[in-house]
Amino acid sequence: MQRTAEQIEKDLLQPIFKSSVKFKIAVSLSAALVSAGVAAFGYQLYSGIGVWGINSPVFWAFDITNFVFWIGISHAGTLISAILRLCNATWRRPVTRCAEAITVFSIIIGGLVPLCHIGRPWLAYWMIPYPNERGIWPNFRSPLAWDFFAISTYLTGSTIFLYLPTIPDFAAVRDAAKGLRKRIYSMLSLGWQGTPRQWQRLEVAMHIMAIVIVPVAVSVHTIVSWDFSMTLVPMWHSTIFGPYFVIGAIFSGIAALILAMALLRRFLHLEEYLTPLHFNNLGKLLLTTSLLWFYFTFAERLTTWYGNTPSEMDVFWTSIRQDFSPFFWTMVICNFVIPVPILSIKRFRTITGTAIASCAIIVGMWLERFLIIVPALGHKFLPFVWGKYRPTWVEYTLMASSFGMMALLYLLFSKAVPMISIWEMKVGLQPHGGGIITTAPGTKPHGLVLEGPLPTDVPE
Amino acid sequence: MKVIYGLYASPENAQQAVDALHAASADLKFDERQIVIISGEPHEGYDFADSHLTTRPYRWSVLGGAIGALSGYLLTTLSQKDYPIHTGGMPVTPLWTNGIIIYELTMLGAILMTFVVLLRGARLPNFKGVVKDPEVWLGKILVGVVKPAEAAQQELEKRLRMAGATEVKLSSS
Repeated sequence: MQRTAEQIEKDLLQPIFKSSVKFKIAVSLSAALVSAGVAAFGYQLYSGIGVWGINSPVFWAFDITNFVFWIGISHAGTLISAILRLCNATWRRPVTRCAEAITVFSIIIGGLVPLCHIGRPWLAYWMIPYPNERGIWPNFRSPLAWDFFAISTYLTGSTIFLYLPTIPDFAAVRDAAKGLRKRIYSMLSLGWQGTPRQWQRLEVAMHIMAIVIVPVAVSVHTIVSWDFSMTLVPMWHSTIFGPYFVIGAIFSGIAALILAMALLRRFLHLEEYLTPLHFNNLGKLLLTTSLLWFYFTFAERLTTWYGNTPSEMDVFWTSIRQDFSPFFWTMVICNFVIPVPILSIKRFRTITGTAIASCAIIVGMWLERFLIIVPALGHKFLPFVWGKYRPTWVEYTLMASSFGMMALLYLLFSKAVPMISIWEMKVGLQPHGGGIITTAPGTKPHGLVLEGPLPTDVPE
Repeated sequence: MKVIYGLYASPENAQQAVDALHAASADLKFDERQIVIISGEPHEGYDFADSHLTTRPYRWSVLGGAIGALSGYLLTTLSQKDYPIHTGGMPVTPLWTNGIIIYELTMLGAILMTFVVLLRGARLPNFKGVVKDPEVWLGKILVGVVKPAEAAQQELEKRLRMAGATEVKLSSS
């Protein structure tokens, strides 16, 4: 069914001006989770970091697992959106903003984890490696310092990448709103009018941002992997960790995106915009990354097994046969055994099918991060320093709260901003379907030659 | 600000209106810069839209990247020289590791410069004299003249209608 500009405007602005009961319940539940996390964090501040289960030698556990997991999830948005924009994939239009928002919020949540871990968050500015008079020498050789620069750059870039295409939509809300809301959106839209000059500059800026953000996204998770691989801990000191982490990040990111889209579709009644075609296409991407994840996991484990270094084999067997084996095999089932059949067979690659596969992958990828970190730290080179780790209720609560915070931020965002770019959907209505058009030689503006895809209505 | 404008259902009509206004600018004594075009989406492939095509922002972004790279180099190298630590014979300013920070700051410089150039190029923020009509968000294209001379208003209205305007309005905001 071909929609009109008026219908698109009405459908996509509606969630901003009206809230359903389901929406309010979802906000209340996620706010309750966040409150529980705040209470747990308050208890931790009062009692000290000893209320966590971390110890020597396992001094990184749930916290760094959550950090790596959320930074990984952040790869959903900006990277996928940028690649699809650069490829001029017209089906991307309803997907990009959902994806970009995931990126910004998951980086924020990932960035909060080190703040909790340092124990005294009011001294967090000590992490900023600027030349100073405090006697703290910034060590630019440390991967943790690289993390600071990489994540700051990625957060800045992703926020701008999300904000730029939202400016015209803020203007649309401004013109539909009244009172205080109108004033707020006037500020957010920066006085956008929609002159040809503004559209042209916006499109050029989006193109440049898409080019720049792809290498930044790749570098961020590579640098996160170097936090581990630059050390000499068994099974961490690996050259494959960079691409392994990047693939894992994209894998978990696409899964998070599919889940978010499935929920938005239902809660905001976007059935006509987020169609089975989008889930089918993202399902194919998810299948590809699942196979790549298996390939990297297999290559990484095979190399360790074949090398048969005693210190590495201790970690290897701990995760495959001993203490951590239930988690390891659950990870394999969640990341490979469940999603691959679902996503390979077209009949199962439906909205429900891709959502089930995505749920499994989210669990599997969290376990993957945990299994990279905890077994290795607990089984370093000398057996007399081996140790065990058991998480406490504070860590469980903080982890659950991070998921609640993601849901809360996402829901509030969907209340403030159209979750599907209105103006980009309207471009899709144009005769050339938003593809690339050029002026035919020897003609003036009306002689158009179609080079982009033909306008097609998305099958329901 | 006073504006006389027509609303057009298609970019072809909008282009005709823009052409008509350009042709009439000398007769009706207004500057071509007074012509205003507003739409709810970009329209590529039409003169009125493509007359602003430029590749300058790309060059500015490269410059931003270069400034970022220089900042990264100075931050790492000068800090390491000011606060040298014992490196066991390894270089005090190692390019391998400093390169990572220089790379990130290069990208940050390019990103920030792109944003600044967009704001400047698109003349944002601009909260004064914003021309708007709710019909624009429903797919219409607004073409008009800001601050038209009193004597020319009738003729402008006629020409805007002749170009296929569904509606002609005179507004003062």
